[in-house]
Amino acid sequence: MSGFGRYVIFLGSLFVRRESFKTYYKLVLEECIQIGVNSIFLFMLVSTFIGAVTTVQTAFNMVNPLIPRFVISQVVREMTVLELAPTVMALIYAGKIGSSMAGGIGTMRITEQIDALEVMGINSSSYLVLPKIIASMLMYPLLVIFSGVCSLVGGYVVGTAIHLVTPTEFIAGLRFGFNPTEISVALIKGVVFAFLISSISSFKGYFTKGGALEVGIATTEAVTASVIAILLMDYFLVNILLS
Amino acid sequence: MIKIKNISKSFGDKKVLQGINAEFEKGKTNLIIGSSGTGKSVLLKCIVGLITPDEGRVYYNLRNFTEADKDMKSEIRREIGMLFQGGALFDSKNVQENIMFPLDVLTKMTADEKLDRVNDCLKRVGLENINNKRVSEISGGMKKRVGIARAIVNNPNYLFCDEPNSGLDPQTSILIDELIHEITHELDITTIVVTHDMNSVMGIGEKIIFLYQGQKLWEGHHEEITHSGVPELDDFVFANKVMSKMRNSL
Repeated sequence: MSGFGRYVIFLGSLFVRRESFKTYYKLVLEECIQIGVNSIFLFMLVSTFIGAVTTVQTAFNMVNPLIPRFVISQVVREMTVLELAPTVMALIYAGKIGSSMAGGIGTMRITEQIDALEVMGINSSSYLVLPKIIASMLMYPLLVIFSGVCSLVGGYVVGTAIHLVTPTEFIAGLRFGFNPTEISVALIKGVVFAFLISSISSFKGYFTKGGALEVGIATTEAVTASVIAILLMDYFLVNILLS
Repeated sequence: MIKIKNISKSFGDKKVLQGINAEFEKGKTNLIIGSSGTGKSVLLKCIVGLITPDEGRVYYNLRNFTEADKDMKSEIRREIGMLFQGGALFDSKNVQENIMFPLDVLTKMTADEKLDRVNDCLKRVGLENINNKRVSEISGGMKKRVGIARAIVNNPNYLFCDEPNSGLDPQTSILIDELIHEITHELDITTIVVTHDMNSVMGIGEKIIFLYQGQKLWEGHHEEITHSGVPELDDFVFANKVMSKMRNSL
């Protein structure tokens, strides 16, 4: 519990003695590029393949001829919108971006770069962490949308290429019984997960003590704690938003 | 001037600093010396506020820094320049961006004014035309000099140096010492250097404070250090063979 208390105090410290808007604007833009643009390739790769594999596996399990083929793409859509794009990709995001944040801030801590900021009269937590959290909360929902599109495209290309489903059936399945609320749920999840990953990872990195070994430990702890937080919050959000 | 009163600090059961009182004078190179693990760096961090002392107060020109609110602390810290042991330069920035950083964040200078100031500081520390080099591309001695340039770029009233010579060859160490000493006199600022290098002590120590097991045992000028009459200080000063021979010849 003391760890959670420190985390809450740490979050509070982000909003005191802030620097100018111009400073944060520049930092947030830099982080958006670092976090968002540099993640596009990995997100595209993972989402496209998972969409394609889900299409093949769903078709493989649909042995009942009475079930229409468009159900395949309906299953892919549901899986993509509700879980793959926001949640599964959040686990990957925690591994890629969360570890990078914890490692970067942890290294700054052990090499006294954070002390240097403090001595200059700068609130180091606010200066270093707030832009990362804001950039994450802006970019991750966009990555969720991008991931969803890639997954559906992957499913469509593979499903039609190996004749598991016709293009018309696939499109019909995507439209059938579609509830737009699911998109909102996915985006809300995206914003919440982005906040959790960036804040937990920064927290772990910020309080690193020791040397290179401890930076590695902090990075591992950041990813582990982020993954647990994502899974718990996923359960709560689904209960709240879809009940 | 910086005054510290009754500074004590413990980590767990270990008392690192015990009731340290001292005055660091303006326009002088003040040295805090002592063997490794005697609390020199902890004292320096207490003075700049990176560590909160358990007891005691730090005054910057009669302003109580220890009990100041966050805004006041922030204001005083903007008058401080610090050279860290490892340089603490930002890896993500090049040399120019590192030196310009305090100006970017703390001032409203124009881009041209900032660049002029950065170039002036680089020239002052004897480094020119390395503006675009990455931190990883420059040597240890250059990192220290860039660290000094960053520390003085905002015209500080107080300069702190934590073991400025560590990891440097003797010649470069002397250059860094002389640079710190000259800057102190040029800018008429209060400089505090933490060191255990006897070359620094003899070369630039205008006021020296000797710490031993968390306590201040002696203070004085470098000319007085060889006949202090404090056995612990004698052990420290005459630890190396050259100094030991010098003592025997006295």
